[in-house]
Amino acid sequence: MIPANFTYHKATSLKDAIALSQTLGEDAKYMSGGHSLLPMMKLRFATPEHIIDISKIKGLSYIKEEGDLLKIGSLTTQTEMEHSLLIQKGYPIFSDAVKLTADPSVRNVGTIGGNIAHGDAANDQPSLMLAMRATIIAEGANGKKSIPIDDFFHGFYMTALEPSDVLVEIQIPKHKKGSGGAYHKVERKVGDYATAGVAVHVELDAGGVCRQIGIGLTNLSSVPLRLSRAEDLLKGKKITEDLIVQAGTIASEDCEPTSDLRGSEAYKRSITKTLTERMLRSALKRATS
Amino acid sequence: MFKCKTSAAVGGMGHSVKRKEDARFLHGKGNYVDDVKLPGMLTMVMVRSPYAYAKIKSINKEKALAIPGVLAVITGYDLAQYNLHWMPTLLSDTQMVLPTDTIMHQSQEVCAVIATDRYIAVDGAEAVEVDYEPMQAIVDPFKALDKDAPLLRPDKKGQKDNHIYHWEQGDRAKTDEVISKADVVVKERVYLPRIHVASIETCGCVASYDKDTHKMLIYMTSQAPHAIRTILALVAGHVGLSEEKIRIISPDIGGGFGGKVPVYPGYVVAIAASFLIGKPVKWIEDRSENLVNGFARDYHMDCELAATKEGKIQAFKVKTLADHGYTDSSANPSKYPTGMFSICTGSYDYAHAFAELDAVYTNKAPGGVAYRCSFRVTEAVHAIERMVDKLAAEIGKDPAQLRLENFIKKDQFPYASPLGWHYDSGDYEATLHKAMKMIGYADYNKEQAEKRKQGKLMGIGICTFTEVVGAGPSKDFDILGIAMFDSAEIRVHPTGKVLARFGTKSQGQGHETTYAQIVAEELGIPYDQVQVEEGDTDTAPYGLGTYGSRSTPTGAAAAAMAARKIRDKGKKIAAYLLEVSEEDIEWEVGKYFVKGAPEKSKTIQDVAFAAYTNFPLGMEPGFEATYYYDPPNMTFPNGAYICVVEVEKETGQIDVKRFVAIDDCGNIINPMIVEGQVHGGLTQGIAPAMYEGIEYDDEGNVLNGTFMDYLVPTAVESPHWETGHTITPSPHHPLGAKGVAESPTVGAPPAIANAIIDALSPLGIKHLDIPITPAKVWEAIQAHSK
Amino acid sequence: MKHKITLKVNGESITKEVDSRLLLVHFIRENLDLTGTHIGCDTSNCGACTILLDGKSIKSCTYLAVRADGAEITTIEGVAPEGTNHPLQQAFHDQHGLHCGFCTPGMIMRSIDLLKNNPNPTEEEIRWGISGNLCRCTGYNNIVKSLQQAAKEMQKEKEPAV
Repeated sequence: MIPANFTYHKATSLKDAIALSQTLGEDAKYMSGGHSLLPMMKLRFATPEHIIDISKIKGLSYIKEEGDLLKIGSLTTQTEMEHSLLIQKGYPIFSDAVKLTADPSVRNVGTIGGNIAHGDAANDQPSLMLAMRATIIAEGANGKKSIPIDDFFHGFYMTALEPSDVLVEIQIPKHKKGSGGAYHKVERKVGDYATAGVAVHVELDAGGVCRQIGIGLTNLSSVPLRLSRAEDLLKGKKITEDLIVQAGTIASEDCEPTSDLRGSEAYKRSITKTLTERMLRSALKRATS
Repeated sequence: MFKCKTSAAVGGMGHSVKRKEDARFLHGKGNYVDDVKLPGMLTMVMVRSPYAYAKIKSINKEKALAIPGVLAVITGYDLAQYNLHWMPTLLSDTQMVLPTDTIMHQSQEVCAVIATDRYIAVDGAEAVEVDYEPMQAIVDPFKALDKDAPLLRPDKKGQKDNHIYHWEQGDRAKTDEVISKADVVVKERVYLPRIHVASIETCGCVASYDKDTHKMLIYMTSQAPHAIRTILALVAGHVGLSEEKIRIISPDIGGGFGGKVPVYPGYVVAIAASFLIGKPVKWIEDRSENLVNGFARDYHMDCELAATKEGKIQAFKVKTLADHGYTDSSANPSKYPTGMFSICTGSYDYAHAFAELDAVYTNKAPGGVAYRCSFRVTEAVHAIERMVDKLAAEIGKDPAQLRLENFIKKDQFPYASPLGWHYDSGDYEATLHKAMKMIGYADYNKEQAEKRKQGKLMGIGICTFTEVVGAGPSKDFDILGIAMFDSAEIRVHPTGKVLARFGTKSQGQGHETTYAQIVAEELGIPYDQVQVEEGDTDTAPYGLGTYGSRSTPTGAAAAAMAARKIRDKGKKIAAYLLEVSEEDIEWEVGKYFVKGAPEKSKTIQDVAFAAYTNFPLGMEPGFEATYYYDPPNMTFPNGAYICVVEVEKETGQIDVKRFVAIDDCGNIINPMIVEGQVHGGLTQGIAPAMYEGIEYDDEGNVLNGTFMDYLVPTAVESPHWETGHTITPSPHHPLGAKGVAESPTVGAPPAIANAIIDALSPLGIKHLDIPITPAKVWEAIQAHSK
Repeated sequence: MKHKITLKVNGESITKEVDSRLLLVHFIRENLDLTGTHIGCDTSNCGACTILLDGKSIKSCTYLAVRADGAEITTIEGVAPEGTNHPLQQAFHDQHGLHCGFCTPGMIMRSIDLLKNNPNPTEEEIRWGISGNLCRCTGYNNIVKSLQQAAKEMQKEKEPAV
């Protein structure tokens, strides 16, 4: 398996990348880690004429808290996420997900930005972004823009990013006391794409009432899916076991899986229910501990 | 237990000496086929069909040939000029090398592109324009037998339908009669799906023809280089490839497992291309090409097991439909179209059995590879072991107890099975007892009862199998007429060091170590002074190769016999040196001595030196021997495996908590290597049991033709295996050994399946076909909760 | 289009011209003739092509050679001086952690990275840590043992001599 011919360009800066993209036009694709794009090129499902390598751009690899936000540079690798003490302590939902994404060698190269920008509902990060209500910062020909996650995913491999846009940063509300999240996916074997995956993030007030909640689903639709009806059910309430079960039922109803090698539609709906309930319990436990 | 005769330094049988072949692999210096680089070497890439069944209307080479570096596009028409477009299979069928008109399975080779490098060849393959006329593929083997099913092989004279052959063994009438009168009869259709060996190295070759010397040198991923050389000479003799001009080298092989026994079209085209162009041509499959060709299993088995109400087994009957794809390319001994399937009566003592099988054509890839099992033994064992468990469930008897009550007893060996095998030895009760003790069977029974009260799904599964390996006695076993002996040639150099060459070919089994240990055992020359070579047909003695667990039963026996020939000659030399008569010489490991005067002795090294320097007048000088070993019988390794699982109701997830494997493979040459082989085979057993299976859609498209979807277990899916042994030597093998590597692949799937089904049995689930995935478990639970 | 790249491979500085699309694994195997790095699956699932790039294990079948410009690469041929064994090589030999040897170089390269980040892993951590490297022969039991032995040895090496 060998990619078709293309021309490689190394971007030395963000500006350089955007300028290259403008010169080369729509036949150019950005590549960061390359672990989503290059496999598609090797199978010749993708045949870009130009590849703009953005992985060497300095200053886009960081994990830091600033003001009310956790900021993650888009070129941060999955391994860097895995090893970050800040993530391990304050944002264990990322640790849940990263451990289940591909394998350690792929995670050494694959970036968090690439995982999101690829627009693949089978990738793990998009559902986390939905759950934590991330904001995506991109920079392109028309300057810098900030895209709320709910406006980001447009369709099958389609996002709000324009051809010259580079995803530069992910912003997430900073971890507060009373907040917690959890992610899990059922996979056929380790490193597989999800048969079904559920990310939950909750914020409780001092009285244990749910102030904010996000539930995102992995690989249960052609786009990363937010479970709005379940969020509405739980928001503003003390989340009881009864409500958890109700939310699970909604999850099984509102997900949009299709039957494939990973299982039947009915199976996927059922495990989505189970996973939603379990992730709600885990998130609550983390929020209250 | 086995008692070592040699010191650790000599390293004969029973010593866990470290492997001699490791260093080159550990340092990245292994020499696999894709590592071969010859001057002027070209690369070949196949164009493959997107359709499972189609007419080829045209092949346009122009765009491909226009790419700089693309030298040739070879089609079936090109080969037809030399009558090389079809080739015979081992079982009297025919297989296309390259098609001239019809595509018979998805991913079939359509034509071959030859280019100066790999990248250009792939571009060339993309640029070839093929005009297909797709037809409705036959995917379901049962539908292939419908009266109105289209005839898939009109090219075969006299072929009127899609039925290939019928085979049967045993007494149908008597078996039917016993079944009809039995207290209890359990029935089930058991399906073993298509799977693939998925060795991490794919198949490939480098063919290099020298137009001046007319020698054809072929580096090939082959488990049977000598047999392949003969086949090539038979197939291509008419174009001038005479057997003495063909040299096949199987260098290091990155896993074989049966998948590297067949002759694949790619080999033949690469050889033809090199012959025509006069330059070396390399062809290496990519993973998808590998996965969609050369399948194993695909048996649909309708089983019936009859017993008394107390659980005494009386008769077994099995009727099988075998899906062979578009041609029967099974790599079986000629007289055994269904391999050793008739071992399906298992480890139990009863008189009546009948097995029959019908094979059919479909629009799928050919194969019938003996995947880490001695020709269809996995299928046979799965059938009987599922049925024995089903019987136990039916009459409410503990499955271990049921097995103990039905086992062939230790003193019944040699045992004549109802379908004609002569089991050599075994102690099935001791083996099962050992496994039960090791896992703590009684405790798990208690734990299971507790868990069931709590509504939890826990299962215990047993498999007590009998294998039949080491093909085989020449009166019954041949491949294209060549008897299935194997060979060893041992040369002891003047300084007492050894070069030993074999007709077998290791693919990771550790022959360079274990064969050296046998020489050490027999001659007392330290194993690290014995150089073992295999795989080069110009230097190694003729042999049928390594598959079907036959290297220890045949090759190792040949090594022992050749060494004994040398030892006998040494006795004459020792007598001469010690100035006594030959009758007065005795042997102990490594030295000859005078009876009653052990201080008068000569070491094997002294004698070796004398064989070249100071031998009796009239004796042929030198110290070497060759032995072609024709085994008197097969060997029958056996074992008892017990598996404990827990199943999660909500998601169907299966957790293998424990797995204990007790194997009896007779005397053990190297315990470390045997244990390693068992570990590996067990992981290749859990693979089809829970993860692997080639899936087709209704059009005959393979749905999981990459490692993204063909789920080879990682270290996470693979449990921590627990192993042990009982030892019942083979009475007819010179070393009392049997062969082991296939036992775990054969024994593990039914143990796991039985455990999962046992876990689900409180819900009324009585059978599931492998692979038993969480999705399948969940569906079964739903179906049984309504 | 050709690109001139300069990189260090097993400590040696190398400058070569490569095509845009040349995969790193082919560069290593065919341009540098370091054939210890293998190809097993093409889809970054099997890990036979694992090497170290700037000290981290990566799958060289899914990495463009041109992107390795300026990098330091270590392959199996470079993990220990000629004629000696890295503790992992020794451990794989001692524990019978290899059969056919095809996955072994990738498995060792991955294990070097694993033990660097987690010098004293549990069996579970080892199994997850090598989950991107398929072995069809060994059943993994002895690979786990090999890593355990190497971890112990490498810890000892780190301890100051008394």
